[in-house]
Amino acid sequence: MAVASPGTVMNNVEAVRSTLYEALKDDERTLILGEDVGARGNVFLITKGFIEEFGPERIIDTPLAEASIVGIAIGMAMEGLRPIAEIQFADFIYPAFNQIVGEAAKTRYRSNGDYTCPLVIRTPYGGGVRGALSHSVSIEALFYHVPGLKIVAPSFPADMKGLLNAAIDDPDPVLFLEHKKTYRLVKGEVPDGHYTIPLGKADVKHPGDALTVVSYGLYVHQAIEAAKRLAAEGMSVEVIDLRSIRPMDRTTILASVRKTHKLLIIHEDNKFGGIGAEISAMVAEEALFELDAPIRRLCGPDVPAMGYALPLEEEFMISTDRMAEAMREMVRF
Amino acid sequence: MAKAMPGPALDRRGLSDEQLRWMLRNMLMQRTLDNRGFQLNRQGKIPFATGSEGHEGIHAGAAVAFERGKDILVSYYRDIGLCIGIGMEPMQVLLSMFARAADISGGRQFPNHYSNHALGLLSISSIIAAHCPHAVGAAYAMKLRREAGRAVLCTFGDGATSEGEWHESINFAAVHKLPIVFLCENNEWAISTPREHQMAIADVIDKAPGYGLPGVKVDGSDPIATYAVMKEAMDRARSGGGPTLVEAKCYRFLAHTTDDDDRTYRTKEEIERHRHLDPVPRFEKVLVEQGVMTADEVAAMKKSVLAEVNDVTDRAEALPYPAPEELYKHVYEGSHEPWL
Amino acid sequence: MATTITMPQLGETVTEGTVAQWLKKPGDAIEKYEAFVEVSTDKVNAEVPSPVSGTLREIICKEGETVATGAPIAIIDEIGAAPAPEPPAAVPAAAAAPVVTPSSYGAPGAGPGVNGSSGLPGRNGNGAAAGGAVLRGVSPAVRRLAREHDVDVSRIRGTGTNGRVTANDVVAAASGGPAAAAAAAILSAPAPAAAPAAAPAAAAVPAPSGTSTYASPVPGTLVPLTQARKIIAKRMVESLETAPHAWTMVEVDVSNVWAWRAKEKDRFLRDKGYALTLLPFFIYATVQSLKKHPLLNSRYTDDGIAIAREINIGIAIGLDSNLMVPVIRDADALGIGGLAVAAGKIIERARTGKLSADELSGGTFTVNNTGANGSVLSKPIINGGQAAIVTMEAVVKRPVVIGDAIAIRSMMNVCLSLDHRVLDGTSANAFLGDLKKRLEAMGPSGEL
Repeated sequence: MAVASPGTVMNNVEAVRSTLYEALKDDERTLILGEDVGARGNVFLITKGFIEEFGPERIIDTPLAEASIVGIAIGMAMEGLRPIAEIQFADFIYPAFNQIVGEAAKTRYRSNGDYTCPLVIRTPYGGGVRGALSHSVSIEALFYHVPGLKIVAPSFPADMKGLLNAAIDDPDPVLFLEHKKTYRLVKGEVPDGHYTIPLGKADVKHPGDALTVVSYGLYVHQAIEAAKRLAAEGMSVEVIDLRSIRPMDRTTILASVRKTHKLLIIHEDNKFGGIGAEISAMVAEEALFELDAPIRRLCGPDVPAMGYALPLEEEFMISTDRMAEAMREMVRF
Repeated sequence: MAKAMPGPALDRRGLSDEQLRWMLRNMLMQRTLDNRGFQLNRQGKIPFATGSEGHEGIHAGAAVAFERGKDILVSYYRDIGLCIGIGMEPMQVLLSMFARAADISGGRQFPNHYSNHALGLLSISSIIAAHCPHAVGAAYAMKLRREAGRAVLCTFGDGATSEGEWHESINFAAVHKLPIVFLCENNEWAISTPREHQMAIADVIDKAPGYGLPGVKVDGSDPIATYAVMKEAMDRARSGGGPTLVEAKCYRFLAHTTDDDDRTYRTKEEIERHRHLDPVPRFEKVLVEQGVMTADEVAAMKKSVLAEVNDVTDRAEALPYPAPEELYKHVYEGSHEPWL
Repeated sequence: MATTITMPQLGETVTEGTVAQWLKKPGDAIEKYEAFVEVSTDKVNAEVPSPVSGTLREIICKEGETVATGAPIAIIDEIGAAPAPEPPAAVPAAAAAPVVTPSSYGAPGAGPGVNGSSGLPGRNGNGAAAGGAVLRGVSPAVRRLAREHDVDVSRIRGTGTNGRVTANDVVAAASGGPAAAAAAAILSAPAPAAAPAAAPAAAAVPAPSGTSTYASPVPGTLVPLTQARKIIAKRMVESLETAPHAWTMVEVDVSNVWAWRAKEKDRFLRDKGYALTLLPFFIYATVQSLKKHPLLNSRYTDDGIAIAREINIGIAIGLDSNLMVPVIRDADALGIGGLAVAAGKIIERARTGKLSADELSGGTFTVNNTGANGSVLSKPIINGGQAAIVTMEAVVKRPVVIGDAIAIRSMMNVCLSLDHRVLDGTSANAFLGDLKKRLEAMGPSGEL
């Protein structure tokens, strides 16, 4: 994205924080509701200072009840507000499944457009932070299947801001996934001023021509690191940051596969039924005769979660070495 | 013919003759539409209908307490009478039954799952109690915007008060003192589950103190009493007094839906034992006894209601189904395609 | 002993910390678990307990200074304590999958699909499709490109894993490669101005044609050079330029061994699934002769004639426009039956393009079945890095003199090209004579 305006270097926490701040300032219909978002300022300090500036009516410390965090937000959205609901950890989202999938996703559809649901649900997801069974899961596969929902998972600060603004503007419900390990780990330049990045657009973060790697979240950063190592070895790998999971960018993926003829999908979520399966199916359907190698998925193991003990977490998480090795094998195939 | 002598003085709670007549007509319209649904189903013309026989008093009373253009109704699928009572046209009921393209949901929703943004009727969901948090959110919006004189009316049956989302909604409304009235239309049955299997208490309002909001019980087969209770609760909400849980007792005379064979869980004798709770003949009798209407006027009203229902039935039936390509619209604001 | 204290990680996502306040100064005594410094991060403020008892020797990070987690902030002199126990050994990192370097004859066996380099069961995502087996046939991209460019895939030497023909290989084959294009450019360039009678353009060699191939060459065209053809050309020139070639031959009466073969062939095919030709008998005899004449199993180096330790027999195979020499390693460990199966297997793999680098290298002596094409005399070129190459010519029924009578016998010429730096007539014919004797001694009573 070519932006002429000056920018500021910041991490992902600050990117989200500053974007939410501007949204609250610009539009009095905007409000934030969730657990510990007020006085505590969110457990990652993303809403720090907000309740002091915007007041407890717009920064709501809800009771501990995820279903109604989302359900109440739906009612607010249907009545003309712009609520941004927060689920404290993606692992806690399951009680709200009914409201997200059964209600928010269907509001426009079942009323034939009479009502809409412009709602954002933000939640931190992902592992590698010793979060164990209930602070590490990826949830996108549970929701990306649902027509009526939109899902984004950016992991660069500039993308965080642009996509969060777009999500807030979006007239339909958007699940905004923030990989918690990237909160402070990833820093980048973020253009000043308000801008949006359209949903459904992936981004080539590292161009190449011998292999297409599609990823999102924490693993994009590792994939780029691995691609750089391979570049030093004379192998040219293209890394695509999906950024948007529903809708997903077919054009960028197919253009890349037509160039490289090989596709490697890397995601942290469990392999079986993960979004890599959908990408594989789409590419096989639309570009079979471009493929010079079987599509490969390097994904989380099919176990409920990573364990608390370090070896268990490391076994679940995919190291940059493993990614580089998979890339090498595919380039050479 | 001279009017009948008025009976013992009726406490009309401030309702005028016109309003009382309106209420009876609403009740008759509701009953006729209800029965029409079952008739059409038994004729094989529509696959499905729900019945609200027994709820007419609640709906008429609550509808008069509702202020059109200001209040919002977040309702459930047994509230035909309440929905037409706040201004929805009977034609909408038939379009919904026949699933015609002209139905507000475009034939997508089950019958009786109405939506009407212009009237302040939130799109109805089939999922029990899923709408309660929505009602709370809408009430929050009113409070945030300092909209005095507005309230949300959230209705549901006794079964809904077991759902987690119902408890979460009551709780939040009480914590934030929101402008909302929760109206439980307790007809003692959740499909085949009688009240004593649904809760350990006799009255739904016994749940209210636990959350810190007032609970008021009323005889739902008495539309005037229901109106009085509802008016007080709605006024309290509109003036910043916070939420109320109202429990209107009534009886469900028909099966849950046309797919439910209630003979499997209750007897005809039991239904007949509750016949005295049937609000329609009761109210007819009261109005005639009070001299508000004559028996002939009541008969004429019934005829007129029937004629109107027959008319909308024929007109709705003649309209087309939605085209198949309509399936793909309104998934999102733009295209439904997940791959861009 | 001095213990360096580092900035702790106070929080799941924290990457740095600030020293808010030192609670001790250099020279102060500190007890284990006693708070000695206050640290703040953007998530929490905390007092940090000391991991050891001792004296604070040095403060590295000043108050108000921010450092990354893990950076040193102070040094404590421990009193009398045993060195701190090593942290529990981390699970050894998974062994890296073997590094695969493609050679021009195809990559070694470790292709994609080596499942779970750590051997763990659930480690998924490592396998390519179908249990990691190398593709049978060609990929969809190769199929399409071959069709679009009218290229015969079976003629292409693949540069992918296990010799797989890749999409790039097809494209390279179709364009003839840069060398062919350059050659065409030179040939079709106009003659220098000084030359009389400038060659008319009509005499210029046309550019490489995609439709004129080795299999179906079109007169007046250039057949594009495949990778394989270029390599063959290079190797042949190298061999002739390096080794001075000499040549000799003997005639062998193979009537008995032929009869033996005829007797066993049906049963062999049925039991082993491979054909029993004259080749394994020949290789067996050759190997025995090489054992007796090791000079034939060697190669010339400037430091000496390197006598090979193993006997690895290369079998020259011509496949349309390709010449391959797969190798049966340790051929002396196999009997005639074993050699028949080994030869059958590698010939099959050669035909389907599945030979590994191991199977294409390490040969010490080469056998060439030129007789299969009908030849009765051949003058083969020695396989680079060897001292000689032997041929089996066609088996022909001829009248020969036995004693004083004339008999019809099955006769086969055996020819030998030799590196005259290593061998000469004496050594070569000693070997050939021995080989002839062995072959003529084989008969139906022998053991396979």
